[in-house]
Amino acid sequence: MTVSVSLTVNGEAVSADVEPRTLLVQMLREELGLTGTHVGCDTSQCGACVVHVDGESVKACTLLAVQAEGADVKTIEGVADGDTLHPMQQAFHENHGLQCGFCTPGMIMSALDLVKNNPDPSEREIREWLEGNLCRCTGYHNIVKSIDAGARAMRG
Amino acid sequence: MYNFEYKKAGSVDEAAGIVGADDEAKLLAGGMTYIPTLKQRLAAPTTVVDLNGVGGMDGISADGNGVTVGAMARHAAVAASAEVAAAIPALADLASHIGDPQVRNRGTIGGSIANNDPAADYPAALVGLGATVQTNKRTIAADDFFTGLFETALGQDEIVTAVSFPRAGKAAYMKFPNPASRYAIVGVFVAQAADGVRVAVTGAGPCVFRVAEMEAALAANWSADSVAGLGISADGLNEDIHASAEYRAHLVTVMAKRAVAKAG
Ligand SMILES: Cc1cc2nc3c(=O)[nH]c(=O)nc-3n(C[C@H](O)[C@H](O)[C@H](O)COP(=O)(O)OP(=O)(O)OC[C@H]3O[C@@H](n4cnc5c(N)ncnc54)[C@H](O)[C@@H]3O)c2cc1C
Ligand code: FES
Ligand code: FES
Repeated sequence: MTVSVSLTVNGEAVSADVEPRTLLVQMLREELGLTGTHVGCDTSQCGACVVHVDGESVKACTLLAVQAEGADVKTIEGVADGDTLHPMQQAFHENHGLQCGFCTPGMIMSALDLVKNNPDPSEREIREWLEGNLCRCTGYHNIVKSIDAGARAMRG
Repeated sequence: MYNFEYKKAGSVDEAAGIVGADDEAKLLAGGMTYIPTLKQRLAAPTTVVDLNGVGGMDGISADGNGVTVGAMARHAAVAASAEVAAAIPALADLASHIGDPQVRNRGTIGGSIANNDPAADYPAALVGLGATVQTNKRTIAADDFFTGLFETALGQDEIVTAVSFPRAGKAAYMKFPNPASRYAIVGVFVAQAADGVRVAVTGAGPCVFRVAEMEAALAANWSADSVAGLGISADGLNEDIHASAEYRAHLVTVMAKRAVAKAG
C-alpha cells in the first residue's frame, strides 16, 4: 500500500509513491537520490538530517514523507548557486568547520535557519542554537567560527 | 518501523471518531516523541491520525485572566509569543528551553502533556500555574490531569484542544537538563499562582508533583532562603544512568532555590 506524495524540493516539483511509514529523509535519499541529507541516529537527537520545510529547520528523520505533501523543502543540495558555494558553505570551507563532514549538511541547514531569524548572532546564541546538531569530530569550535563568519558574509 | 495507515484529520471530531472506533489508532501531533517511538518499533498502530491538518488548533491568545495555548501550538511559537512573554514570561522561558530548535519547531504542547514523559517540562508549568486542560469532551484541572508515569486522565477518544494558564504573580522555572537531550533531570516551577503559591517538580519522580512544605514556606516568605533548608525524601524518585534518586532529591531543593531567585 503506497501513497503518492507531491512536493517541491529545491525549487523543483517532485512526486513519489511511498509507504505511509516512509520518513521524509528516506524519500529524499532513496527515492530522489539526494544523499546530502544524512542519518546519524534513530533517536532524533543528532541533527545530521536537518532540512528546511516551508522555511523552517526540521529533522527530516522525524517527519513522515506523507506529512510533507504540498510542502516546499530545501536540502543542502539546494543551497549553492550552481558551482558557487553559498557564503555559509564557503565559511565552513575557509574556517575548517568540518573534519569527516558527516554532520556538516545538518549544521549548515540549521545555521541558515538561525541567521534567518537572527542575522547577527553572538557566539553564545550560535552555541545554544546548535543544541540539536551533534558533531563527533571537531569539538564545535570551528563550526561556531564558521557560522559566525558565514553570518557576517551574509550580512554583506 | 511497522507499516500503518495514514489519515490526515480535517477536524477534531473526525480525529476523535477514528481513534474512538479503533483502540489501535493513534494521534500524531509534532511527532517528536511518537515518530521516534515508531522508528524503534515500540508501537504498532493500525492507523496514524495526523492532527497537523486541523485548522485553528494552534492559536495563542491572552486576556485579563491569562493565556490560552492551542494544543497544536509549537514550542517555538510559545517561546516567541509576545502575548505569552507579556502575560506569563516564565511560560515563554520554559518553552524556549525545550529540546533543541528543530524539536521546538515541530513539538506541541498538546503532544507533550498527552505523552506525560516524567522528564517533560510543560507538566511543571501546568501544575505550577494551576492551568486547565481543555479537551473535546471536558475541562480538566492540571492537578487531576497528570495521573502517573506516561499516564493522564485522557480517554482513548479524548483529544487535548487547548491549555489555559491563569496569570500569576512572580513565577519562574529552573531545570537541571540532561546534557544530551535537554529533558529535565529535575525541573522546578515556582509561582505565586492565581490560587496561592505553587511549587511543581518534574523529572524527579514518575510524574509531576507539588511540594506542600515549600509552598507553605514561600507563602509565608517569598525568598530563596525559605526553601533552602527544605528537602524531599529520595524514596520513590527516579533512578537511572543520569542521576540517582538521592541526587535528584538534592536537585529539587537546588532548583527550587534557583527558581525563586530567578522569579525575583
Ligand atoms: C531530541 C529531543 C529532545 C527533547 N527534549 C525535550 C525537553 O527538553 N523537554 C521536553 O519537555 N520535551 C522534550 N522533547 C519532547 C518534545 O517536547 C515533544 O515534542 C513532546 O514530548 C511531544 O509532543 P509532540 O507534539 O511532538 O507529540 P507527538 O510525538 O506527536 O505525540 C506524543 C503523544 O501524544 C499523543 N497526542 C499528541 N497530541 C495530542 C492531543 N492533542 N490530544 C491527545 N493526545 C495527543 C500522541 O498520540 C502520542 O501518544 C524532546 C524530544 C526530542 C526528540
Ligand atoms: S538522523 Fe539524527 S536527528 Fe535525524
Ligand atoms: S565533522 Fe565529523 S561529525 Fe562533524
